Amino acid sequence: MKKIFRQLRARLKKNPFRKDDSVQLLSQKKINRRNFIAFAGFAGFNVLAWLSWRWLYKSPLEKPGITGEAKRPLRKALEQNEIIFKNTFSNDHLVKTYPKSMAAKNVRVNSDIGMEDKNFDSSTWLLTANKKDGRQLKISLNELMALPKTEIVFDFKCVEGWDQISYWGGVKFSDFIEHYQLQEEAKLSYVGLATPDQGYYVGIEMPGAMHPQTLLAYEVNGKLLPPEHGQPLRLIIPVKYGIKNLKRIGSIYFSDQRPRDYWAEQGYDYYSGL
Amino acid sequence: MKVKAIREKHPLAIRWAHWINFPVLLVMIWSGMLIYWANDEYSITLFGHRFFRFFPEGFYKFFNVPQRLAEGMSFHFFMMWFFAINGVLYVLYTILSGEWRQLLPNRHSFKEAWLVVLHDLHIRKMLPPQNKYNAAQRIAYTSIIVMGFGSLVTGLAIYKPVQFYWLTWICGGYHAARVEHFILTLGYVLFFIIHIVQVILAGWNNFRSVVSGFEIVYEKNLPATPGKVEEEPVQER
Repeated sequence: MKKIFRQLRARLKKNPFRKDDSVQLLSQKKINRRNFIAFAGFAGFNVLAWLSWRWLYKSPLEKPGITGEAKRPLRKALEQNEIIFKNTFSNDHLVKTYPKSMAAKNVRVNSDIGMEDKNFDSSTWLLTANKKDGRQLKISLNELMALPKTEIVFDFKCVEGWDQISYWGGVKFSDFIEHYQLQEEAKLSYVGLATPDQGYYVGIEMPGAMHPQTLLAYEVNGKLLPPEHGQPLRLIIPVKYGIKNLKRIGSIYFSDQRPRDYWAEQGYDYYSGL
Repeated sequence: MKVKAIREKHPLAIRWAHWINFPVLLVMIWSGMLIYWANDEYSITLFGHRFFRFFPEGFYKFFNVPQRLAEGMSFHFFMMWFFAINGVLYVLYTILSGEWRQLLPNRHSFKEAWLVVLHDLHIRKMLPPQNKYNAAQRIAYTSIIVMGFGSLVTGLAIYKPVQFYWLTWICGGYHAARVEHFILTLGYVLFFIIHIVQVILAGWNNFRSVVSGFEIVYEKNLPATPGKVEEEPVQER
């Protein structure tokens, strides 16, 4: 090992990158030549850097689809990052949890997209789960509340940059899958969730949804969700930014294709994993 | 008689890393600003009095910052690769080539750096030994690398706080990591301003060496070397 290192260093010393720094005589002609080459290279680099920047900055937006509004090369970069950083995802990597006493009493409300329908009645609400064979499960809040309850106090992180420690309670998504025998569905790559009016919708890759800290939450600070926090049921997925934590879940479906996603259509990263 | 000669100063790899870093870091700072705008909560506040808010409305307007969070994130998470790779290559090169010996501060550096500062402020006439980099430069150019590494670590701690929870822990938590990331960026801007002033004061011979790689020196008693030698009258530097 040491030998290899020494050889490598010896080569580096010989290569043109490395020159000894003693004083040398050089004719004016040669000095001029070196300056010319160096400054031409420098100017070339600057032109190239500027052109690359213009190319990137003026590159066209992607075609609107599952994702939209991002410059094409940048969307590619986001998706490449997803492929790279998905490898670091593990069910053993848990979000840090806090004592209940640290949870905010006033939980921040940042958005009511998909909850504008004033006639929505949470007492008659049923969760629709779409099975692979086309059948639909209609599940009431009482049924969900009869399942084992999981609580979490964690640092909720918004894509805008703020974070807040908050305390949620509900059914683990993986428990939900097991109880309603959706194991076949859970073999698909994605799960899609949407509000009853389809005004807000998210897509989540299955490993993230099945993470042990992902909840279908019906409680905040030990009480049933108030309307502004997504009454009666919302998604709490601590391995994602807040934009994926859909409020007022109306329906759930499963797919091998990416489900549509409200913020991914507006230039944000589809994955948005933390 | 003094003879015009050259001395190799900056290796090609270091010159390229330096010039590549500049536009990349510029884009990182700009896109970071677009991200920061979405939740611009930092200020300099002492004893309940807010002295400065990051950033005033006029500043945002001037740089056309508002409402570009998604765009800022996509630029930031693309350019981060160039910033990181260029930085890693630079550090690798300085280690393998032995350049680090010129760059790392040694046990005299902190005292000498103080003397350099006094000299630059025209308080003291004498300069301590300069070598390739003087003590103040050694400290500055090593700090900036440590800062770059810090931006990488705090950035990753913010970017993937669950998968790299241990990094976030080292940074003192998610909230702290964001503040550190922000302060490091202010540090770059400060470094840049001082750097530019120093480059202007140091003059053309110094600037050219970061492009061409060599400095021109006037030396006495050079050993005879084959080839044409231009001789010029004595010129004290």
